[in-house]
Amino acid sequence: MDFTFSDDQKQLRDAIRRYLSQEYSFEQRKKILQSESGVSPTVWSGLAELGLMSVPVPEAAGGFGGNGVDLMVVMEELGRALVVEPFFATAVMGVAFLKHGSGEAHHALLSKVVAGEAKLGVALGEAQSRYELFNVATTLKDGKLNGTKTVVLHGAESDQLIVSARASGAQRDQAGLTVVMVDAKAPGISMKSYRTIDGMRAADITFKDVAATTVLGKAGEGFALIEHVADIGTVALCGEAIGVMAVANEQTLEYLRTRQQFGKVIGAFQALQHRATEMFMQLEQAKSLTYLASVKIDSTDRAERRRAVSAAKVRVGRAIKVVGQEAIQMHGGMGMTWEMPISHYFKRMTMIDQTLGDVDHHLALFAAL
Amino acid sequence: MDLNYSTEEEAFRTEVRTWLDANLPKTISAKVLAHKHVAKEETVQWHKILAKKGWIAPAWPVEWGGTGWNATQKHIFEEECARAGTPAILPFGLAMVAPVIMKFGNEAQKRHHLPRIYNTDDWWCQGYSEPGSGSDLASLKTRAVRQGDKYIVNGQKTWTTLAQHADWIFCLVRTDPEAKKQEGISFLLIDMHTPGITVRPIITMDEAHEVNEVFFDNVEVPVENLVGEENKGWTCAKYLLGHERTGIARVGGSKRELQFVKKVAAEQQVNGKSLMEDIRFSSKVADLEIELMALEMTVLRVVSSEAAGKGPGPEASLLKVKGTEVQQRLTELALEAVGPAGLPFHRENFSTLDAGDAHDAIAATYFNYRKTSIYGGSNEIQKNIMTQMILGL
Repeated sequence: MDFTFSDDQKQLRDAIRRYLSQEYSFEQRKKILQSESGVSPTVWSGLAELGLMSVPVPEAAGGFGGNGVDLMVVMEELGRALVVEPFFATAVMGVAFLKHGSGEAHHALLSKVVAGEAKLGVALGEAQSRYELFNVATTLKDGKLNGTKTVVLHGAESDQLIVSARASGAQRDQAGLTVVMVDAKAPGISMKSYRTIDGMRAADITFKDVAATTVLGKAGEGFALIEHVADIGTVALCGEAIGVMAVANEQTLEYLRTRQQFGKVIGAFQALQHRATEMFMQLEQAKSLTYLASVKIDSTDRAERRRAVSAAKVRVGRAIKVVGQEAIQMHGGMGMTWEMPISHYFKRMTMIDQTLGDVDHHLALFAAL
Repeated sequence: MDLNYSTEEEAFRTEVRTWLDANLPKTISAKVLAHKHVAKEETVQWHKILAKKGWIAPAWPVEWGGTGWNATQKHIFEEECARAGTPAILPFGLAMVAPVIMKFGNEAQKRHHLPRIYNTDDWWCQGYSEPGSGSDLASLKTRAVRQGDKYIVNGQKTWTTLAQHADWIFCLVRTDPEAKKQEGISFLLIDMHTPGITVRPIITMDEAHEVNEVFFDNVEVPVENLVGEENKGWTCAKYLLGHERTGIARVGGSKRELQFVKKVAAEQQVNGKSLMEDIRFSSKVADLEIELMALEMTVLRVVSSEAAGKGPGPEASLLKVKGTEVQQRLTELALEAVGPAGLPFHRENFSTLDAGDAHDAIAATYFNYRKTSIYGGSNEIQKNIMTQMILGL
């Protein structure tokens, strides 16, 4: 067993951290959040120049061909800076689906992703589905897509949309699902775009007789692929959460060291010290299973992969509640304000728990394995 | 990063498992697996089997009989021992006093004690806590006054685990009452058969006799039994605290107990179904299993950084806190699982394998395991350590 990061991974980590410390201060991020699109073309090309989008792309398609640990390293750094660019939607979820396409056009699209010239949206959830990936009412019949997908991250900023649709069977059947890709500007697509509470953008997207001919994976047998990609996304979110929580802990410790009450720093009070150690331990436990899942995500054994992924999401979700709530409590009234970074870290980590399955969802999956 | 066991590591696991299967007496493992009490003779018998094989002290330097295993191998060995149901290795000699003797002891002490510890020729116990000195250990009062070539020891130790069997005790004693509290303490090895020592049992709430009070009434201890320098005993104590503490997470044992909880729960019926099919209960089990998985990875992260030369650090406190939380929670779930069958108490069955059933010891174990977050530096003390050493508050 080996828990060390490779030199390449360390360099990647340093490069991202250096770039973001220069180009992505909390003030710069605030401006991006308040802009029309909610994302920054400058930062997006900056990330592409660093090579981030190429990390998960196979070498054959001009990428780096990185593994689960490489992706975790990237996500952790993006989490540390609360980056709102659509890396997760495009490079994590989108690319994971795109790996299962073929042909010239497909290759060209991956190259554009690597260059930062194409963004992808992944539309899996629907109003009734909660976290059930197979609960799909959107239909694909005679090459036409019909239905509504909800909370599609960065849906309105995407060039291509990857959509789970039902080719046959009942609404909650695992069989009969097909994954298709359509141009986001295709006729019949309408969107309602909005902000999310953690500073991202998302959209509810309605498809009305949208022509859909590009199939990713096997038609009618899409569930295994959807589940696998969701696992990749889940581990990436765990990696992001590790970065978000690490900074929340750092900021809270800094506050405990400087904020004075009753003539001493509040970090001198044991009532807070012991809870701060709990935040530290929660993060370490979450980190351990995130490492494990980042390795096991590349396993060909589905049960082994699923077990590690759900365990990580549960453990990260548990840590999120402790770290997030305690960080705000220890910051006192200041923690409640929009002005303080800690509130933004709290919101992002909380929403990670609500994405691709919360603690209860993954606990049930884990117990059923 | 590679978190899979290598082919060599898997082969090592097979070697350990095969050897345990052939050499661990079934009468002993059956007792351990049924939560029965293992007798002193059985514990010593098992220690001697391991010593003969050369596996009793994996953490020791090779020159004194260590195995030279790396961190992963040690973890595999512990895991396989727990899985097979070996009796616990007594830590007092092998893991506690031996490293102190190796680090601070003189040649005569090393030559006399280390082989005897290795072969379990002596049974050791630990003389740290006193009635007035629990978490505030450095406030201890047991006095040792130098008179010629001996110390005269007077005072009382308490919570002394298995002192009723012990041949030797290592003690923290006060040799300079005028000095600041950490600075007047010395580390003494005392023969338990010396006149003036009285051992009195403390019966715990599960009616077990594990711990004792040990009284010292003008006990004469030769000065050559002082380890390190006089008044520098706190250095030994601190060294011991930081040494080989990754085992305190007891991951292997907890894995075994998790299987036990699942087995007990599967045999219980609720709403006409197995308790393991009850979502409220199975969720609790799953949650705990995940915590244990996380703990195992955290232990491996810590031991691999130790193997990389970073040395045992305050991370051991994390392992102690989370490890004991898991251990206690397992006993709690076993108790919940067994339901009203947890009430009958047949203390007399605990030492005999063929009496009573598997449920006999569940409640007693739950009550007994409250000790884990109290002993070895209470979990609150561990949090104080982390506050200072890791958080820097």
